[in-house]
Amino acid sequence: MDKIRPHIKTIDDFLKKHESKIKDLRFMAHLFRKSLLSMIGLILILILIFVALFAPFITSQHPSYVRVSTDQGTTVTEERWDINFSQSLLPPSPEHLFGTDDYGRDIFSMVIYGSQTSFRICIIVVAISTLIGIFLGGIAGYFGGIIDEILMRITDVFLAIPYLILAMAIAAALGRSIDHIMEAMIIVWWPTYARLMRGQVIAIREQQYVEAARSVGASNSRILFRHIFPNSFAPLLVEITLDLGAVLLVAAGLSFIGLGASPGTAEWGLMISSGRIYMFQAWWYVTFPGLAIVLVVLGFNLLGDGLRDITDPKLRR
Amino acid sequence: MKTWEFIIRRLILLIPVLIGVTIITFTVSHVIPADPARAFAGGPKAQPDVIERITKELHLNEPLWTQYFYYLNDIVHLNLGKSYLESRPVIESLAQYFPATLELTIFAMLIAIPLGIVGGIISALRRNKLSDHITRIIAIVGYSLPIFWLALMLQYVFAYQIPILPLEGRLAIGMNAPLSITGLYIIDSILTGNLNTLGAALYHIILPAFTLGFATLALILRMTRSSMLEVMGMDYIRTGRAKGLSERSIIYKHALRNALIPTVTITGLSFGGLLGGAVLTETIFNWPGMGRFAARAVLGFDFNSVMGFTILVAIIYVLANLIVDILYAVIDPRVKLGGG
Repeated sequence: MDKIRPHIKTIDDFLKKHESKIKDLRFMAHLFRKSLLSMIGLILILILIFVALFAPFITSQHPSYVRVSTDQGTTVTEERWDINFSQSLLPPSPEHLFGTDDYGRDIFSMVIYGSQTSFRICIIVVAISTLIGIFLGGIAGYFGGIIDEILMRITDVFLAIPYLILAMAIAAALGRSIDHIMEAMIIVWWPTYARLMRGQVIAIREQQYVEAARSVGASNSRILFRHIFPNSFAPLLVEITLDLGAVLLVAAGLSFIGLGASPGTAEWGLMISSGRIYMFQAWWYVTFPGLAIVLVVLGFNLLGDGLRDITDPKLRR
Repeated sequence: MKTWEFIIRRLILLIPVLIGVTIITFTVSHVIPADPARAFAGGPKAQPDVIERITKELHLNEPLWTQYFYYLNDIVHLNLGKSYLESRPVIESLAQYFPATLELTIFAMLIAIPLGIVGGIISALRRNKLSDHITRIIAIVGYSLPIFWLALMLQYVFAYQIPILPLEGRLAIGMNAPLSITGLYIIDSILTGNLNTLGAALYHIILPAFTLGFATLALILRMTRSSMLEVMGMDYIRTGRAKGLSERSIIYKHALRNALIPTVTITGLSFGGLLGGAVLTETIFNWPGMGRFAARAVLGFDFNSVMGFTILVAIIYVLANLIVDILYAVIDPRVKLGGG
């Protein structure tokens, strides 16, 4: 790709060249702002990002991190929270907004820190599976033939097993830890993106502007990177946003079963799992981590729906 | 091409998919674990002599492709190994727990499909009215809820705060299961004319089935609403109105039939989500199905059972999608049977 663009010298040139694109983006932003639900989604996600970034400034209690060795003989960093049995299972109060858990830890602080874990899981799983999917799906769609056939049959097989169950089996084979949950989910998730990308590439490949680029002698990589990838961005973005929520739900479910972090870590699914036996005496223990999951997933879903509405020209009018 | 030819063709196409599934489960169980013999022998607490025996039984010292053929041979002969938690063949455990999961899944569908379709139609016909807003909120929240949290909240409200429904189980404690004919308590108790058991079984299935079906309900609601809105804007609906058909006949005879086609597809696809959700729902409601068995196996390092469950679920899901494909071709004559 060209690093220097001699034809763009000033900002004015840039604005002129991309006038139609900028107009389009402005129109999309206008549509997005008009949609109440999309804005709610955006705000929820901004809150998540803010809370995850500034957790130490929001909460009263903080975890410490210690290195321990696991069943598999590897050393990992484990999160530890101070235990104070005299404070155990206190109901919500000004001091402990969400109450305390069975070990006397502040649930509000753990929910706040839990956002970091959730955020990390969502971003890593979706980012890596998207990259794998774009790469393999792009190649399959662009070159077609036997490569395409083989790749599609492989994705068929992956998609023939329900997400949660395949991820559960893989995570069980890898051993219990959050990292293994993420690895399992990447293995399960990439085929979705590969298929989406392949479909996009096949549709765009036949467009006249790609034909034109090819006829003036553009190379395969130039066509892929300059024409096909940028134009398949919108549907991919919608899928990614919706998947961030779905990934969080599956990860929390695996954690709830007991495949994720070691007990005592601030992870929402795990907190619900440990609070379950105290549910009737301490409703706050399971309720608040669950509400956190609902709000974040809701945020991604509303945002994804909103993006779909504004990027799909058929739905715009 | 005739329908039966299409069905046979699809059945033949199943074979490579099923072989692919066994390659994935083989990789997960024999290649991914750091020490497969230890994993099969019960995890970290496995005894050295057991590990040695397992290594021999599963031919773990031989090349991978030899191992795979032994593995495939075992699966074809329905030999899924022994469950360490229950000290019996995994296939026996799965056979015992299967009917409970089937019953729960059927009831989840029975709740989700009619409510989803009716709600979706009402929502579409009264677009932007109050009932539309309510159904849209249900639909959006429904697929944002973690199913295990929904289960706990429902238990808290309907079994503890307002105790009108049982907390867990398939029947009241101390109650005998009906004579097993199908293994589905509700059908068995009807067949044996045991009204007491029928009542208890229905009473116990409401909460878990609603929990399991809620996400699917939300999905069907959404799909039906949007496809109904799309169909109502079609030319043939306008033609129908122009020639003076009643609104009732337009909706039921012309719009609905076409609007339901995408709903059928989404219902088939959501079946996988139901099977996954069953693991969590059954664990919380202490429902003696395959899902609870699998979750316990995961915790108890009972690797054979986890893998056996995975293979069975994959086969069920593949068959369910085949049935949906066939249904799809039957209800929508535009689908070219020969294509794809």
